[in-house]
Amino acid sequence: MAASTDTTGNKAARALRRYWRANIRFMAVLLGLWALAGLGAGILFADALNAYRISGTGFPLGFWFAHQGSIIVFVLLILAYCLYMNRLDKRHRRELESTEQEG
Amino acid sequence: MSVQAWTYFFVALSFGIYLFIAWRTRVRDTKGFYVAGQGVPAAANGMATAADWMSAASFISMAGLISTMGYAGGVYLMGWTGGYVLLALLLAPYLRKFGHYTVPDFVGDRFASDLARIVAVTCAIFISFTYVAGQMRGVGVVFSRFLEVDIHVGVIIGMAIVFIYATLGGMKGITWTQVAQYWVLITAFLIPAIAISIKLTGSPLPQAGLGSTLEPSIAGQSGVYLLEKLNQIQTDLGFSSYTATFVGGWDKVNVFCVALALMVGTAGLPHVLVRFYTVKSVRAARWSAFWALLFISLLYLTAPATAAFARYYMIDSLNGKTAQELPSWFENWEKTGLILWMDNGDGVMRYSAGEDNEIFRGGSLSAAELSTVQVAHRAWLDSEGADGTDGRAALRALGLTGPDRDIIVLATPEMAELASWIIALVAAGGLAAALSTASGLLLVISASVSHDLYYRVLRPQASEKQRLAVGRGVIGMAVVVAGIFGIYPPGFVSQVVAFAFGLAAASFFPAIVLGIFSKRVGTVPAVCGIVAGIGFTAFYIIACVFFNMETWTFGLFTNGINPQGIGTIGMLINFAVTLSLTPLFPRPGPEVEAMIDSVREPEEAGPAVMIETAPEH
Repeated sequence: MAASTDTTGNKAARALRRYWRANIRFMAVLLGLWALAGLGAGILFADALNAYRISGTGFPLGFWFAHQGSIIVFVLLILAYCLYMNRLDKRHRRELESTEQEG
Repeated sequence: MSVQAWTYFFVALSFGIYLFIAWRTRVRDTKGFYVAGQGVPAAANGMATAADWMSAASFISMAGLISTMGYAGGVYLMGWTGGYVLLALLLAPYLRKFGHYTVPDFVGDRFASDLARIVAVTCAIFISFTYVAGQMRGVGVVFSRFLEVDIHVGVIIGMAIVFIYATLGGMKGITWTQVAQYWVLITAFLIPAIAISIKLTGSPLPQAGLGSTLEPSIAGQSGVYLLEKLNQIQTDLGFSSYTATFVGGWDKVNVFCVALALMVGTAGLPHVLVRFYTVKSVRAARWSAFWALLFISLLYLTAPATAAFARYYMIDSLNGKTAQELPSWFENWEKTGLILWMDNGDGVMRYSAGEDNEIFRGGSLSAAELSTVQVAHRAWLDSEGADGTDGRAALRALGLTGPDRDIIVLATPEMAELASWIIALVAAGGLAAALSTASGLLLVISASVSHDLYYRVLRPQASEKQRLAVGRGVIGMAVVVAGIFGIYPPGFVSQVVAFAFGLAAASFFPAIVLGIFSKRVGTVPAVCGIVAGIGFTAFYIIACVFFNMETWTFGLFTNGINPQGIGTIGMLINFAVTLSLTPLFPRPGPEVEAMIDSVREPEEAGPAVMIETAPEH
């Protein structure tokens, strides 16, 4: 009896570790994109990007990223995070429920 | 109806709505008072966060700043929105899972130390007070310009309204009022922008209008892009091109540092963080971060359009005009001192970046000082330079070249000759922006004193009833203090508001992030990190702004770091100090480790930490 509770506990701890690692991985990807759009395209490469223009508009690309593009990217990044994390939460809960049943 | 009648109508209507909400949402317990009973739906919390976040500065001043800064104005756009990504990914869900009332609560519990708690409380109060004084001033300014009420009376009316809904409803009253204020301020910002966009570019979407061609009737020919035309006008008059990157002091390093300091500072501002405690679950906390940025982006994607439109109108309707040809808005706003004309004697207005510029602003000069300059200028003109002084040179020496940035949002509807009800709407919007931010900050001050200090440190045995009474009392006092700051602004306030971000970036952000993502960081390194980060940042800002210290280049950069961007360095110092001290000090105890595990576990899966049953509550 004691042994089986112990393995259940271990399984739950392993599930939490897996959940946490998946969270960190996805977060790192999104933060990479955040830095690329805001700090990269909007600032560090803005002078180079300004040589190009978004076709059909008057926007130089670097200026556009600094004034509008980065904000649009930021909104989409948070949306992606919400959708992914809420799915990950569900999967984590299913895993926990199945370990409880086995235990 | 006249503009003034419409203004009274909109202001009275919006204030009536706020008071009605206050009555409907009054609360009886501390949980309702501090975190709105944790029952706020995600989308509503998003709107409340947006209104909480967008201050008088966002509404009134930001478009004006962008208008004069061009590309570099993007630091405010990126900085004040990019922080939400950090907030959503690194902080909001975990703070909600933690589930207590305030940010110092988290810092104090995670680092298991009353010292950390008190340091955090001090930072929270300091940041909030510098910020709130600017809001109260904003309320007074809007009242005095649109309703011709004395600025002091305006501040007192604003205080009274906030006092009623904040003491009655606490966080619950503030939240639902902020939802209403969001709609008032966004409508007031969007309608004029849309109307101007249609007039200037034919596009009903100002965000797209910024990249469109000008209407042929305005440009004189078809196919001329607004931004190209603007660049051309700007360079003709000696200004730098509107879309050109890295001009003057805004080099790459400074743009980068200021943008990053604003981003991280946004994520560390206590009045924004505390909003995520008010929702039902971790899931709702994530969604409300999304809604918040979506609602904020409505204004932030429009502001650069308003800025460029206004820049175009400003130059086009003033430069090269004689006194008879000047538009009527110029006369209205000249009275306020936001814009001044110092003619060189030829009767034609000249707006340029050079010495022949004739457009100035009153800035912080008093009416008497200003008229001295004007009388001397008159004498200088009449005597053809033999007597008096050239007012242009005098004002230029004082750094008062060009119109005041606040005029851009406040006067653009008039510049574009929009209907009087649209012009009036702007006043109600400015008031909504200032009041919503002020109330959020006041709640943080109240919670810091009455919850973190009185209840958690001084009198842990206080009853629910006493705690609620103390909370109400403190928020009442905070309103009065903020109002006094608004009426008699201490000289430093306006200069320091922009720096609240640097302080937040250097103190809270690293401490909370490391608290969640590292189990190893203990009390001493964290407290040392906060003290080192905020100490360095405060020192640099105070020395540069008040004692004229040369900005530092750190031996790496060609230009010194702007004090607005020093929070970035302060944050790095905080991280470096904390992480390098960590191996020398013991790990946190098992209770703290269990708390970190519970914060990381999503709410639906594990047993939730509820406020009622949580230890020490």
